[in-house]
Amino acid sequence: MQSSAFLSRKEMIGFALLAALIFIVFPMMLDSFRLNLFGKYLTYAFVAVGLALCWGAGGILSLGQGVFFGLGGYCMAMFLKLEASTPENTSIQSTPGIPDFMDWNQLTELPWWWQPFYSLPLALFAVVAVPVVFAFIIGVAMFTRRVGGVYFAIITQAFAAILTILIIGQQGYTGGVNGITDLRTLLGWDIRTDEAKTTLYFVNGVLLFAVLFAAQYVRKSKLGRLLIAMRDQEDRVRFSGYNVANFKIFIFCLGAAFAGIGGAMFTLQVGFMSPTLVGIVPSIEMVIFCAVGGRLSILGAVYGALLVNWAKTTFSESFPELWLFGLGGLFIAVVMLFPNGLAGVWSEKIEPRLLALLGKAPADKSAPDGAPAE
Amino acid sequence: MFADYSMAELGAIFAMQGFAGLILFSVFVLMALGLAIIFGQMGVINMAHGEFMILGAYVTYLMSNLFADFMPALFSMYFFVAMILAFIASGLLGLFVEWAMIRHLYKRPLDTLLATWGLSLILQQTYRSVFGAREVGVSIPDWMMGSLPLTDLIEVPINGIFVMVLAVGISLAVYIMMFRSRWGKQVRAINQNRVMAGAVGINTEWTDRLTFGIGCGVAGVAGSAFTMIGSTGPTAGQLYIVDTFLVVVFGGAGSLLGTIASAFSISQAQSIMEFFLSGSMAKVLTLLVVVGILMIRPQGLFSLKLRK
Amino acid sequence: MQERFILKVEDLTVSFDGFKAVDALSFYVEPNECRVIIGPNGAGKTTVLDLICGRTKATAGSVRFHDQELLTMREDQIVNAGVGRKFQTPSVYEDLTVFENLELSYPKGHSVFGALVFKRDADVRARIKEIAETIFLEGQLDEKAAFLSHGQKQWLEIGMLLIQDPELLMLDEPVAGMSVAERKKTAELLNRIIQDRSVIVIEHDMGFVADIATRVTVLHQGKTLSEGSMERVQNDPKVVEVYLGH
Repeated sequence: MQSSAFLSRKEMIGFALLAALIFIVFPMMLDSFRLNLFGKYLTYAFVAVGLALCWGAGGILSLGQGVFFGLGGYCMAMFLKLEASTPENTSIQSTPGIPDFMDWNQLTELPWWWQPFYSLPLALFAVVAVPVVFAFIIGVAMFTRRVGGVYFAIITQAFAAILTILIIGQQGYTGGVNGITDLRTLLGWDIRTDEAKTTLYFVNGVLLFAVLFAAQYVRKSKLGRLLIAMRDQEDRVRFSGYNVANFKIFIFCLGAAFAGIGGAMFTLQVGFMSPTLVGIVPSIEMVIFCAVGGRLSILGAVYGALLVNWAKTTFSESFPELWLFGLGGLFIAVVMLFPNGLAGVWSEKIEPRLLALLGKAPADKSAPDGAPAE
Repeated sequence: MFADYSMAELGAIFAMQGFAGLILFSVFVLMALGLAIIFGQMGVINMAHGEFMILGAYVTYLMSNLFADFMPALFSMYFFVAMILAFIASGLLGLFVEWAMIRHLYKRPLDTLLATWGLSLILQQTYRSVFGAREVGVSIPDWMMGSLPLTDLIEVPINGIFVMVLAVGISLAVYIMMFRSRWGKQVRAINQNRVMAGAVGINTEWTDRLTFGIGCGVAGVAGSAFTMIGSTGPTAGQLYIVDTFLVVVFGGAGSLLGTIASAFSISQAQSIMEFFLSGSMAKVLTLLVVVGILMIRPQGLFSLKLRK
Repeated sequence: MQERFILKVEDLTVSFDGFKAVDALSFYVEPNECRVIIGPNGAGKTTVLDLICGRTKATAGSVRFHDQELLTMREDQIVNAGVGRKFQTPSVYEDLTVFENLELSYPKGHSVFGALVFKRDADVRARIKEIAETIFLEGQLDEKAAFLSHGQKQWLEIGMLLIQDPELLMLDEPVAGMSVAERKKTAELLNRIIQDRSVIVIEHDMGFVADIATRVTVLHQGKTLSEGSMERVQNDPKVVEVYLGH
């Protein structure tokens, strides 16, 4: 009988290794600047983990995850911006007490929908709730009408385009193409100092593990098996008496919630939020983080986000031209040569050799949950 | 909001906006035709479609320089040569891409999407390395410059008319290929029943490759036409891709007429709204309406009802 | 009071772009009846099942199960009301084990929340084991469904229906594509599971039909050509003409 324990021994080791890497190895090896950078990479891992559930398990490819990342990030940024825009700080503006970009755009009072973001609890609630509500609306509209596959991908991509254009076009309300910048303190605590950044890195790590455990719980529940079943035989699931749309809506909303948390942590650690993190390009790059990690593996998603972003920083610092070739090649290679990503390479190539070296027969011969989804 | 204008002025505004809309319509049609062939008939999502267009644009740019430097006497005609070469260049690249990549992924449409996105990044960087990051413009032959005055208030640019004529011409050409040629018949047969088409002796593999190549070639011609109304940069293709896909999906994939009708409605809506709202809000509203309608009618405007 | 009919199909019509695949069809199924639908290719047999289980939307007519109108319900609601459906080609979850395949069909934890908190308790295990024995797969519980033979997949799918315990079971060519030995075993299995419930079967194998049918409906061009006992139908000149006439 297949083990239904929350974590198999193998998975336990995987979680422990990742925890050691994030909480011990990185903080010991990296200076404060690099650690902050890795913290930024890890915020993308939130999105990638959500995609591993939506796309890897559920077969729902969203090319609009940047929308949810951005919404979460903007909710956080709005709170921080309001805190930074005290009448004293903004006394040189023609209307003191409102964010600077509003003043530049001749706004004379705070729009009503900015008001709730004076409150931290409301802002934190919004970080999760706003992306989830958006995802829910999109999900209900699309999934109950059985829009899926490439159509869903294209329409979510259109949403990424729409939100970007909207943010850039409404600069008086959103900060426009520059985004919301010059964020300073969180309840009086200066988030720009090295110590604050290190603390935020650890908060980020803890939240990431909370998200990973939630994702693992879903994967191991019957809902996780249903997702895979839906991906491969949607009609059959329907005729086993399940309302397929509800399950898709749920997993899409869960992915959005993860992305929203990631976005908020991005804002806190990097100190700004802008439409460049929302649009078509970042959204599809988030898919590649997941694909590189192995689209079904939630731990792989974290490694994928780390690796691709680390490569991006390294290459685009020294060989900016090479980077786009590399990224393009990565998209093609991961689809054509390594459809199961790092997780696949590990379980198919490295692990058997390792076990052979140790003189053990492979203990668990079950492959990762099957072939790539369409 | 109408009170500030006289009737004659309003009429002229609508006419000019309508004409601007017609140019946008031609642009959409040109972009969407190639995609309608590839996505509509083969079900392949080609995210690099924009880059195939840009290839056509760069070919035109090269031809314009070549003619200006070596054959100035024939300069007024260079565009037609360029268009043919653009078709060949993009088409050949398309054949190669189908052979190297797409054919391995026919059963995995979402993966095709990611792989072709990768291709688009590589092409963009290639253009940047070869032609530089800055946008380039072609020299337009004299006869295409200026505008035609229709009435005292209404003027229409000649290059706009030229693009419209091209759009009509290429649409007709695609229509004839699709519905009058042997290839078109084979493509439609494969679309309906691949196994059966193979069984009656259609070389499905080669037809697929040719279809992809022709779709890409048409994209190249579209790119060539765009040089007449705007400049070309390495990333220009990416700007179009969402619009193009929405046009095709909105029209109902697989229906050429649907593609044209949807290009018409989207472009007219957008350009008329652009007059009353800011450009970005017009775009946002248009996209939202299109996406909204797609949610209500996911199969698009034109499609057949069939047993699943 | 026992109702006379468990399923009432009345004036059922569906047209695909003007072509009427099913045309004002009416028939009634009694409790515990085994109704076999036969007819030449393109008669609309599979479409009728599709309409009843909500896979295809009808153009007109009514399908009442007990006193519920099925035509306005979603597929999963119809299933949960007690109508099970087996498809023509075996459709099982290839990436999941036989155990998991059966577990997903177990009629508990079908809401999103229910699926999240669903526990694989002793009752579930016992029930799955029992079904697996019925469908000759007790030895393959931990095997991925992808590795089963064609016949075994058919059995698994039948098992997935059994665990739902539907009041009305609809089977689309359950013995198609099987070897002689598998066919015999399947017939035995079907004979056992059609007890205590109403069944609608589409089948071509006349020997098999004669074996199980309470009543037979012959469809032709979306309409009922003949209805009654196997014997009566076989001797109906209209039926003979449709099958042998051309």
